Amino acid sequence: MSVNLTLLLVMGVLFAIGIYLLLERSLTRVLLGLMLLANAVNLLLLATGGYAGLAPIFNKDIPAAEFNDPLPQAFILTSIVISFAVTAFMLSLIYRSWLLSRADHIQDDREDRRVATQDLFDAEEDSEIAVEVSDFHENDHPAASREMIPGVTLKKTVRPGPHPERTDNA
Amino acid sequence: MSVASLAPLAVALPMLGAALAFVLIRHPRAQRRFSIGTLALTLGLEVWLLAFVWTAGPVAVHLGGWAPPFGIVMVADQFSSLLLVISSAVSLSVLIYASGQGAADDEESGPVSVFHPTYLILVAGVSNAFLAGDLFNLYVGFEILLTASYVLMTLGGTGSRIRAGITYVVVSVVSSLLFLIAIAMIYGATGTVTLADLAVKLGALDPGTQHLLHVLLLVAFGIKAAVFPLSFWLPDSYPTAPAPVTAVFAGLLTKVGVYAIIRTETLLFPTDHFNSVLLWVALLTMIVGILGAVAQTDIKRMLSFTLVSHIGYMIFGVALSSVLGLAATIFYVIHHITIQTSLFMVTGLVERRGGTSALTRLGGLAKLSPVLAVLYFIPAMNLAGIPPFSGFLGKLGLLEAGVADGSPLAYALVVGGVAASLLTLLVMARVWNRAFWRTTADAEDPDPVLLATAPDASGVSSMRALRTSKHVDATEGRFSGENEIPILPKTMVYSTMGLVALGVALSVFAGPLFDLSQHAAEGMLARTPYIEAVLGAGAGQP
Repeated sequence: MSVNLTLLLVMGVLFAIGIYLLLERSLTRVLLGLMLLANAVNLLLLATGGYAGLAPIFNKDIPAAEFNDPLPQAFILTSIVISFAVTAFMLSLIYRSWLLSRADHIQDDREDRRVATQDLFDAEEDSEIAVEVSDFHENDHPAASREMIPGVTLKKTVRPGPHPERTDNA
Repeated sequence: MSVASLAPLAVALPMLGAALAFVLIRHPRAQRRFSIGTLALTLGLEVWLLAFVWTAGPVAVHLGGWAPPFGIVMVADQFSSLLLVISSAVSLSVLIYASGQGAADDEESGPVSVFHPTYLILVAGVSNAFLAGDLFNLYVGFEILLTASYVLMTLGGTGSRIRAGITYVVVSVVSSLLFLIAIAMIYGATGTVTLADLAVKLGALDPGTQHLLHVLLLVAFGIKAAVFPLSFWLPDSYPTAPAPVTAVFAGLLTKVGVYAIIRTETLLFPTDHFNSVLLWVALLTMIVGILGAVAQTDIKRMLSFTLVSHIGYMIFGVALSSVLGLAATIFYVIHHITIQTSLFMVTGLVERRGGTSALTRLGGLAKLSPVLAVLYFIPAMNLAGIPPFSGFLGKLGLLEAGVADGSPLAYALVVGGVAASLLTLLVMARVWNRAFWRTTADAEDPDPVLLATAPDASGVSSMRALRTSKHVDATEGRFSGENEIPILPKTMVYSTMGLVALGVALSVFAGPLFDLSQHAAEGMLARTPYIEAVLGAGAGQP
């Protein structure tokens, strides 16, 4: 199979510009980059069909090698339709993004930033295990010692001891 | 004529259903019933197809009567029909769940009514990818499901969804372009795109060309399947979508990528050039994914990271390229589709009940809603691989296959697999401890919706406060009855129950399912049944 040099050169240039634009932070440029890349791929598909030939309408007097290969063109047609739809959708996304944030660049993920900046120390999981306060040994481990452990904030007040009525019964 | 010639209906029915559902856009109730009916019909057809293929082996349907390898073929073998059945079952239950949510939230007049047609298109795309007998049709299947997923991901057009949606669309388009480049090069090198024909012809190419084509396909599919270095987009974009959408994406979309990788590795390039690379990728996917999950404090993001991590197990089985490894992978894919989807559905319910999916703001759900706790606990333990669930059986199969392989790298993966599984258990247990087990009063920053119904801690007064606050007005429709308790719509709970029950059923019927997986794996590694089904007898011989 022979290759058309002009097609190859154009394709290479489109790929180069497309990738450059794709790496930009501005959404419109990213979209332009995607469009150029899609067209570059279409040219690649076209190149796989070989040299241009006759329209592939069957005629038994013409040898098969004279015809153009119709299959890559069918591929390209499908790919054009798909990239058209995606481009339209992307444009609407970019417009919506502009309406919402007045910004035409890719936004950072807030949750990612939060995870990146969070403390290595997690109060619930990394703090030293609190001394068990039970009804039976409250004198051995005074409740106040729990509050001295750093990072542990007590939500509930520690029960002072046996309930008054129970002590009465005992 | 057999049922196999009806296989294209698995794509055509949802497509047609989508068109009609779009016509019914002004009649939400009719639209809901109609789309559920369409999917149920498709599921019935696919079960019939699976029953036929189970015994008869792969069947090919030549669309339009064109002789292969010129026309478009659709091939249903055991693997693809099994995936069709499970994906339709999962998407049906998610559709019922979404309908329940839509009905409860009374979102009937909003733009959300495009949900049903788009959802059916998504299902059609997934089915098309599973049935595609040629590379270009696989590409079209991918594009159908991706385009539908773009719409579903940005449903409602809120700021966070648009932000996540743009990343998702750009990454998907780039992966599709890579796939298209691979198709162009493969067509240039061999002059065909029919998978069966390629299986015969690709082996005759120069090894350098083969490697190039192989790597291109693996990278394109790797982005879609979210394997480690290419998985960055997934935890960023999935959690922002509406709950039912995240559920179905997590279950199905990455698995279509995994399916394509499996086909590439078994049918197109059965050589083992890249197996050690794939093993490394699998190891890193498992470990890095689960470490990401450990760092998260939001259930949805956590689950997205575990999703990435568990893709690693599937790649592990494929890269071993043994019958046992592949069979375990097939089993694992089936298990994971069901379990991951049900976990995301449960998270959607948690969000309704507790008002948020952030772990710092949740607590006491086990007491508030025991049903929800059970619904979370079963799939969570299943995902972590606790016996006797299917997650344990699938991982056991993979570990056995790894040990049978015997190479140092395979042993490293066995160790990595066990470690990732333990860390999954840790993550699942942490969600359990924080959201379900601890009391509401222990939550760092409890959500007002959660507090409104918490039985302890002066519930009456906070309930009154909530009733008069503006917060309730914003979430109108989520409360009912005199006490304004957030309700879990019955349809949503029942559909989640159904999927959890399916996950349990996979554990109960693991024996026959594993036999079928083994059968499918043998056929796929032998390659000849598939090739002969498409090209006719004798074509698969070298």
